[in-house]
Order: sequence, then structure tokens, then C-alpha cells
Amino acid sequence: MWEALQLEFVRNALMAGVLVSVVCGVIGTLVVVNRIVFLAGGIAHAAFGGIGLAFFMGWPYAVGTTGVSILSAGVMAAVTLKARHRVDAMVGVIWAVGMAVGVVLLDLTPGYNVDLMSYLFGSILAVSGSDLWQMAAIGIAVIAIVAWYYNDFLAMSYDDEFARLRNVPVAFLYCLLLGMVALAVVMIIRVVGLILVIALLTIPPFIAEKFTGSLRAMMVLSSILSGLFTLTGLWLSYLFNLTSGATIILVAAAGFFMSALWEYCKPRRAADPSAGPVNPV
Amino acid sequence: MPEPIIQMRDVWFSFNGQPVLREVNLHVPRGDFLVVIGPNGGGKTTLLKLMLGLLDPTRGTVVVFGEPPHRVSHRIGYVPQNVHINKDFPISVLDVVLMGRLKAGRGWSRHSRLDRVAAQQALERMRLWGYRDRRIGALSGGQLQRAFIARALVSGPEVLFLDEAMASIDAQGRGEFYDMLKELNRTVTIVAASHDMMILSRQVKSVACVNRELHYHDSGEITQEMLDEAYHCPVDLVAHGIPHRVLSPHADKKEDG
Repeated sequence: MWEALQLEFVRNALMAGVLVSVVCGVIGTLVVVNRIVFLAGGIAHAAFGGIGLAFFMGWPYAVGTTGVSILSAGVMAAVTLKARHRVDAMVGVIWAVGMAVGVVLLDLTPGYNVDLMSYLFGSILAVSGSDLWQMAAIGIAVIAIVAWYYNDFLAMSYDDEFARLRNVPVAFLYCLLLGMVALAVVMIIRVVGLILVIALLTIPPFIAEKFTGSLRAMMVLSSILSGLFTLTGLWLSYLFNLTSGATIILVAAAGFFMSALWEYCKPRRAADPSAGPVNPV
Repeated sequence: MPEPIIQMRDVWFSFNGQPVLREVNLHVPRGDFLVVIGPNGGGKTTLLKLMLGLLDPTRGTVVVFGEPPHRVSHRIGYVPQNVHINKDFPISVLDVVLMGRLKAGRGWSRHSRLDRVAAQQALERMRLWGYRDRRIGALSGGQLQRAFIARALVSGPEVLFLDEAMASIDAQGRGEFYDMLKELNRTVTIVAASHDMMILSRQVKSVACVNRELHYHDSGEITQEMLDEAYHCPVDLVAHGIPHRVLSPHADKKEDG
């Protein structure tokens, strides 16, 4: 275990795990409470088109994925604002077309020998120092934006109609949120791959929602859980020589079932009106 | 006649090509307690949302305090019909009420001391201060309704819109609820939509019946005859599905038309 920490790529992987966990906690919370898990999945899979494009054009990987993620997020935001009831169909189309474009572009790329698996299931052990700086920049940007607009995001997520009535710029915030989801997705693909992005984005907030009383606390607990799952998964994958992304998700899934079991078994008293320190004036 | 704070002139509203409201003319004077009655699907919520600026009319104009509604939203309080949305959302009762103090999109929108004092007053008024740290989903239906009224009142509105406010309140709570509305009505103009005729209590100053079209009755007191007509109204409408005139035609309708 300790000799592993001497290796630079292991230290990078741990740092990447921590950074991704923080972003997952914050953005995943907003994704879950706004019920846009499917949109996030669509953005993640469409990003594969960006990977294909990057290889075809000879661009750096991050340029292609970020560009295509942002583009697909923009299309989804526009459809949501114009015709909300058509969003799921539209996301399905973008999801599939993005993947197909990626595969065809890779076919057309001369001398193609990309390790496809590393994009589908992540390659956290291949994170470089410059990747870490990118991740840190995205993490700081996401936290700064969410902190700045915290109350507006809270109002939009809880009751968007009332938020509009209070002149909260709901359309702008929604686009901003999808933009951040796109950036987060690009980051998370490095760790668990695009197929497993949704799991890391949704499992920790879904668990945290039950145990927290505010959106802020939910974000913090999600980040901690996400970090716990990521680091435990990394350690297990190192120990048993397993694919790290899939191992991380399985650890998260184990956490999810444990929390569901706890929820099921715990004594029910929340619904009892006589419980708790109630003091009607 | 007191200054009208809401004016709707020849307002039409269609959704997906289907007319929801036709030729609505309505003046709500300051201090009014207007109840909008009518069958479900008759356009009550649409009428309220037009006055709130959440929907734009297909034709005609809606003016509140002399301006388009979205420009004066800080002077408006709103209790939506569905208060049971997002019951699993991790938010405290206090934070829901503080939402009513939100200042638009300034960023870094932290709540000031003044906001917290206003939230405490609104919650105390609704007898929910002891529940402030509870998760919103843990409240009963009536408490939830009061929490949303607190959210609407926390910004000190001059006009309060209530959509089906009685839906979650049990029979015993109603008398108390009317007293509370009466007390509020001393300073705040109230517009309440309800399919439930029980809301037609003594506090009500005027009644509008909405089923595609709007019929307004401007009455300082509610007569037995009017109550009878109002009670019959939705029954007839549900039975026959055709718009009919519940209350006698009014001079003010001719003026506007």
C-alpha cells in the first residue's frame, strides 16, 4: 500500500479522485434535485463524439470532449426552455448520435489505435500533472459559481415557478447548470469513463439526500461519500488488479444498497406529528 | 371607487391552439377580497398566472399597479396550488420562507438580518416558528399551506394570490384560516381561486366565476341569492359543460367592452 504512494501516477490518481469527488458532490446534487440525470447521461455519451472528433482532427482530447459536451448541453438547454415535454426524446437522439459520430470518426482516423476502453470505463491511473491542473481549475470554477448563485439555484431547484416570480433568471441559471454539468462530465470521464458517469454523479447525492436538511449539506455529504467511494474503489482495484472505474462504481453501489437497507430498517418516526421538538407558538 | 390595482382588458389566452380564457375584463380595486370560483379546468389557475405575469396573454393586456406584472413582482405574494411538490427536497421550513425574500439574480444573494427578521415574523404569524428547522416534507398538509403563505407574506406584498388555498386545510382549520385572511385583508388585497364554495364566507367582497369566460360580481355584501347562484354555478357547469351566465350582467362589463 505505502510503496504505491511513492509512485507519481498513484498520487495523481488520488488527487484526481478527490477533485472529481468534490465536483461530483456539488454538481451531482444539483443534477439529482433538478431531476436531470438523463440529461447528464446524454451529455456524457455525446462526449464520445468529441473523443472521435479530437482524434480525427488531431486535437487534444480535452478540446474535443469539452467542445462537444458544451454543445450538446446547449442544445438540451434550448430544447428544455422551448419545449420541455420533448426533452427526453431529444436527449435520446443526442445520446445515440454522439456515440455513433465518435465511432465513425475513429473508423476514419488513419492509424487509429486508441484504447477505447479507457474512455468508456475511465483511466484514472493515466491522469497527468497537467490534467490535474485542468481538474483543479474546473473544480474551483464550479464551486465559485455555485457559491455565488447558491440561493438562486436553491430557489430554481425547489420551485422554479416561484423563482421566476421573484425574478430569478431561471433560464440563465439552467443554461449555466447544464454548462457546469458538461464540464463535470468531461472531468469525471477521466476517472470512471463515460458509461459510468451517471452513477458517480447520482449515487452519492441520492444517498446524501436522505440524511441532510439543506442543499448545502447535501453537497458536502455527497462530496465526502463520493471521495470515500472513489478512494476505496481505487484501493480495491489496486489490490485485486481490477478496472478502477468499474470498481469505484461497485463500491458506490454497495454504499447505495447499505443506505437503502438502513432506510428500510430504521424505526419510522418521521411521519409521527408528536415526535421531535415541536413548539407551536 | 378605490384605485384599481389589477386591470385586465380584453384578455384572451390559448394553449396549444385551444382557447382557455376568452374576452376577460376585470378590475380589482385596492383592498378587495376577490374569490374566483369555477369548475376545475375552467381557467382559474390560468387567470391567476396571467395576473402574476407567469403567463403572457395571447391577446389583450394585464396591468398590475400600472405596470406589466413581472415588473412589480416584488409587490405580489403568491401561494401556488400545488404545495406538495418536491416533498423529499432537503430544505428547512425557514429556508422555504426565506426564498420569498430573494432578490433577483444579484449573485452572492445572502440573506440579510432584515430578511431573517421578516421570515421570523411571517412564521410566527402562521404559528410555524417552532417548526422552522423541520424539513419541509415533514409538515402536515395544513402546516405546509401555512408555510407557503408565510413565504408569500415575507416580502410584505400589497396583493396576495391564493390558488386553491383551502385544499390542504381540514374542516376545523378553516374557520381559523378565514379569520387569518380577514385580518390580512385589512392591509392586503386578496385574490383567491377555489373550486370549493366554502370559501364564500362573509369576508369575501366580490366574486368572479370563471369557465372560459369570466363573470364578475362586485358586491360589498354577499346575498343569499348570490350564494345560491354561486353554489349552483359549478354544478351546472360540470353537468352541462357549457358556459353560462351565473351572475347578472354588469355595467362595468359594458364600459370595458
